[in-house]
Amino acid sequence: MTQETKQQVKVLVFQLNDEEYTVPVENVGSIERMMPITRVPGAAEFVKGVINLRGVVTPVIDLRQRFDLEEMAATEQTRIITVSIEEIDVGLIVDGANDVLDLDEESIEPPPEVVGTIEAEYIEGVAKLDRRLLILLNMSKVLSKEDLESLKELEQ
Amino acid sequence: MDTNPYLEIFIDESKEHLQAINDHLLKLEQSPGDLKIVNEIFRSAHTLKGMSATMGYQDLSSLTHQMENVLDGVRNEQIIVDASMLDVVFDAVDDLEAMVMDIAGGGAGNRDVEQVVALLHAIESGDEPTGSPTTQDIHTKKQMEVDQFTLTVLEQSREQGLHNYNVEVRLREDCLLKAARVYMVFEVLEQLGEVVQSEPSVEQLENEEFGLTFSVLLVTGENEGEVKDRILKVSEIEEVHVNEFSAAPPAAQPSESIIQPEESPVETENTKADQESPEKKQVANKTIRINIDRLDMLMNLFEELVIDRARLEQISQDLKHGELQETVERMSRISGDLQSIILNMRMVPVEQVFNRFPRMVRQLSRDLDKQVDLTVVGAETELDRTVIDEIGDPLVHLIRNALDHGIESPEQRESKGKPPTGSLELKAYHSGNHVFIEITDDGGGINKEKVVSKAIANGVVTEEQAQGFNDQQIFELIMASGFSTADTISDVSGRGVGLDVVKNTIESLGGTITIDSELDKGSIFSIQLPLTLSIISVMLVEVQSEKYAIPLSSIIETAIVKKEDILHAHNKKVIDFRGKVVPLVFIKDVFDVPETLEEEEHYSVVIVRKGNKMAALVVNSFIGQQEVVLKSLGEYLSGVFAISGATILGDGQVALILDSNALIK
Repeated sequence: MTQETKQQVKVLVFQLNDEEYTVPVENVGSIERMMPITRVPGAAEFVKGVINLRGVVTPVIDLRQRFDLEEMAATEQTRIITVSIEEIDVGLIVDGANDVLDLDEESIEPPPEVVGTIEAEYIEGVAKLDRRLLILLNMSKVLSKEDLESLKELEQ
Repeated sequence: MDTNPYLEIFIDESKEHLQAINDHLLKLEQSPGDLKIVNEIFRSAHTLKGMSATMGYQDLSSLTHQMENVLDGVRNEQIIVDASMLDVVFDAVDDLEAMVMDIAGGGAGNRDVEQVVALLHAIESGDEPTGSPTTQDIHTKKQMEVDQFTLTVLEQSREQGLHNYNVEVRLREDCLLKAARVYMVFEVLEQLGEVVQSEPSVEQLENEEFGLTFSVLLVTGENEGEVKDRILKVSEIEEVHVNEFSAAPPAAQPSESIIQPEESPVETENTKADQESPEKKQVANKTIRINIDRLDMLMNLFEELVIDRARLEQISQDLKHGELQETVERMSRISGDLQSIILNMRMVPVEQVFNRFPRMVRQLSRDLDKQVDLTVVGAETELDRTVIDEIGDPLVHLIRNALDHGIESPEQRESKGKPPTGSLELKAYHSGNHVFIEITDDGGGINKEKVVSKAIANGVVTEEQAQGFNDQQIFELIMASGFSTADTISDVSGRGVGLDVVKNTIESLGGTITIDSELDKGSIFSIQLPLTLSIISVMLVEVQSEKYAIPLSSIIETAIVKKEDILHAHNKKVIDFRGKVVPLVFIKDVFDVPETLEEEEHYSVVIVRKGNKMAALVVNSFIGQQEVVLKSLGEYLSGVFAISGATILGDGQVALILDSNALIK
């Protein structure tokens, strides 16, 4: 292994609609089983509500809804990944999360025009690993400020 | 010596001691002859001096030292306690406070205190304080030149019953190895006690750079004769002079156990401070200081425990296992006790805020040439730490206001047939879930006409609006922004920006402020505050299948209303509640709650208020009253309409807390 030259990132792999996505491990707080979610009226549609994460009230985002995928009932595999992005803690509802990988930075490519059904603006890049195609998410876009602003508009 | 770990403790304790000095000085002013009070002040000052010297804050320690000298004079009845003397001492305390604040802010605690030091000296030497630095340090002119630090060390050892001697040694003219003799003399001296300073310096002595005489400053428990005899045992010594160094008479009782030959004065200082600590502990309460974040952490963890406890209770009920049930029950009780202890830990007596007011009132009344008698009632009333931290400034402002605008000058008061001394009462008490703080003065009261005309002139209200105002509403005008009733702007208060800030601060704490006043009789400013900001009493309600919490503080009452009792006004549904028309607010519609329940014949309503306005919130059922821990929704969801926060219920689920103020238009 010649690791001196290769920069590696450790990522958590999660599933969404049979596709595999990744977030950097350093942003991940924990992986939780599905738990009761309290709806927050007036929040954006993709904000499912809030959960009690060991005494801390944490907002939860339904990634399926965020990416305009069809809704699906939670299964045994459904997980809430809590991530911390720019000082904000949120939970992400995903179909499953079970893998941590080391990605060579070299293997990461800029996003192609169309990847799956998700709009490219949320995608930072794609990485090929054997036969798997991993999508790197741009988390700050996923939580983006515009959405926060749209939240505020709702208030008025 | 790395003193950083002790810095926080030092700052906290210094503040405490300064507060104690302040308090006792005020008492001393009341009863100038009471030497017990002087002793208390002296003790605080002394500890402060020791601590600051240990920490290396020379300015702080030397100023305290000067103050101590004056106090010593008082103690020995050489100095008479009077207003001008107290003024100087108060000034000195102010300077000390400023230094401590500087240190707390990361500074070195340096401050130009020459003026105050000179004044203290003047008092000490019996002169009237003239304001000009005249007198010379009595210690330095007599004998060896010593710096402030050494002086502090000497002073301290004197306090501990040790002697400070100026030992002058003269060697015989035919002495050959002067350095060797000096070494032997020092050997002897170190056995006796501790050499603080020598002249010439030790290096010079070792290099024989001196004539035949040298002198040292010795701190020892032995008496003069003994010292002299021991030194004379060294051969080739011509003569030895031993005399007391300090001008002040030393305390007797030499104690030998404390004598430890030390090389560096700093370390010496350290051991001295250590020896002092038992005394210090007797004065202070047995407390430790904890960062409030840790308490929050503890509380968070405890909540987790409560949730698991609820689950455990459920399991034990299902299993119907006798022993398990018993244990779980016991655990529940214990954790209940634990909860109240944790909650109580965050409570601190309001005294922390109140104790700085007597001093402030004294100063202000002098500045304003008024005579004011301040009474403090209920200083032991406890409030949450977070509230305590915030309430100080508004109170300062209200007190300043009462002194400046409320209480009249003695002449004015006499012409109104009132005693020349005004009274100001600061009172705190518990009532229900709230703490009340009242500031009562017997001053001029609020002139309603003047307030109204001023408010109209300043565009706060229109004339038509003001017509219908009751007294309460008129008084509230003085808390509107852009308002000042003082005809002249003074230093103390009255720039018209104050009272509205006070009102905002109190409201942001979840409290309210009301004013009651009678012309020429006085005013009462009454502040109502929640006991804590983190725990609130709520009414849990169900809206369809969702649970919401409504703060009890805004609820007037709950009611069940028949559908046919609902009236319509301007296409709005209203009810007649005790003779008042109250609009209905359907939470289900406001929050788009998914409908799961059939519409009922009766509405359960919670009547809430905001000021004089009311609204009836329609819910599906009442669950009950509960104490909950207020949690923020986090930054990501900040600013959600009509939701002020969230809380975690016993079953581990999150319930949102309604902000009923947002629902009342």
